[in-house]
Formats: sequence, C-alpha cells, structure tokens
Amino acid sequence: MKLLQERAKGRPAGDSLIIRTSVRLLVPFIQLYGLYVIVHGHYSPGGGFQGGVVLGASFILLALAYDLKTSLRYMSEGANVLLGNAGVLIFIGIAVLCALLGGLFLDYAALARLIPMAAEEWRSFGIFLVELGVGLTVMSSMVSLFWDLASGGDMEEGL
Amino acid sequence: MKTFALLATLATGILLLYGTRDFAPWGDPASPASSHVSRVYIERAVEETHVPNLVSAILGDYRSYDTMFETVVIYCAGLAVVSVLRRNRS
Repeated sequence: MKLLQERAKGRPAGDSLIIRTSVRLLVPFIQLYGLYVIVHGHYSPGGGFQGGVVLGASFILLALAYDLKTSLRYMSEGANVLLGNAGVLIFIGIAVLCALLGGLFLDYAALARLIPMAAEEWRSFGIFLVELGVGLTVMSSMVSLFWDLASGGDMEEGL
Repeated sequence: MKTFALLATLATGILLLYGTRDFAPWGDPASPASSHVSRVYIERAVEETHVPNLVSAILGDYRSYDTMFETVVIYCAGLAVVSVLRRNRS
C-alpha cells in the first residue's frame, strides 16, 4: 500500500478530462437511481441493501475519478458517520417503538396508534422506513471502508 | 488475551455447528420450510402487507429480525475498520 501511494504521488492521479466530466455528469443520476432502488423496493427488485450500495458507489466513483478530498467535500466524514448511526437507530428505534406501543417487536401494525392507518398499510410503510435505515447504514459503511482502506487511515490522499 | 479470543471463537463455532444438527436435511420435502411456511408466505404476503414484491415483504416484515441484525453486522464491520485504521497524522 505504501508503494502504491508513493507511486500515485508521482503522477497526477486520474488526470483525464473525459473521465472527470463524465463522472461529474453521472454522479447525480447514480444517486437518484440509488434512492429509487431503495424507495421502489416494494414494487420491483431492490431494497435497502442494493440501493445503499449504489449510493455508496457514487461517492467512491467521485473519489476514484477526482481524489479523496473531492469526495470528502461532497460527503463529510462527520455526516457519513451520522448517517450510518441514524440508519441503525431508525431500524432499531422503529422495532422498539412497536413494542412500546403495545404490539410485538417489529410488528409495524402497532404504529397505527400514532398515525391511524390500516394495519396492512402500516406494514407496507414500516418496511419502507426500515429499508431506508438499511440503505443509510450500507452506504455509510461502504464509503468509510473505501476512505479508510484507500488512504491508510489519514484522510489525506487516496487512490 | 489472544488465547481467550481463540477459545471464545472456537467455543462459538462448536456451538453453532452443534446447532446445525437440528436442521432439516438439505432439500427435505417434509421440512417446515417446504411443507407449509413458503406456501403461507406466497398466499398471504400481499393481503397482509400490501407489498407486491415478495422478497421485500419477507425480508422487511416476516424475517425483519434477521434483517435487523444483518444491518447491525454491516454497521459493526464499518465501525471496526474505522476504529482500527483511522488516525490523525500530524
């Protein structure tokens, strides 16, 4: 890894106008598609894990085409950690909330006491909320894995 | 400390392998998963959850306890890598 980093220091990494421009154009669409995969997971193949991976890949693509600092500008380290924690807390918070409201652990129908909706509708909506939490956690884990492994721990310069 | 970690890992592994003895044989047509559990999912998932995608319904509702800890495992993996590698070089 040391050797790779020193070799990367020698030449301007990813210094290609074509790659940079196409990545800059692609990244918003990749992120939109990631959100679509999470939100539309009820009706088509998809869900939290897959959408989270697509979202995380967009930031990794930014780091590969530009450099690590650029991807850190779009998604700061603190925000990344915050989103990862929020994802797990959304999932477990909903599960505990169901139990506190008098239902079973993770039985989303119990949430009807907060907002009155049919039990089936609440199960559908509960699955969506839970998948959102999964997506946030997967995205945050992927991005922080890449940052830490590529830069060797200090967020100075990566691949 | 390393010996303790090794012993704990071995003990957990043996415990898990011992638990697999109670599983139904591979592809057993009389196992609960083949005889009635899958059929109930397929018949009732849409009317109970209003989710047309059966995979999402099982993953997010019927088997959400499993999914919850899958998420926690991924979170722990990310946390472990950050806590091992992250440092400030000054």
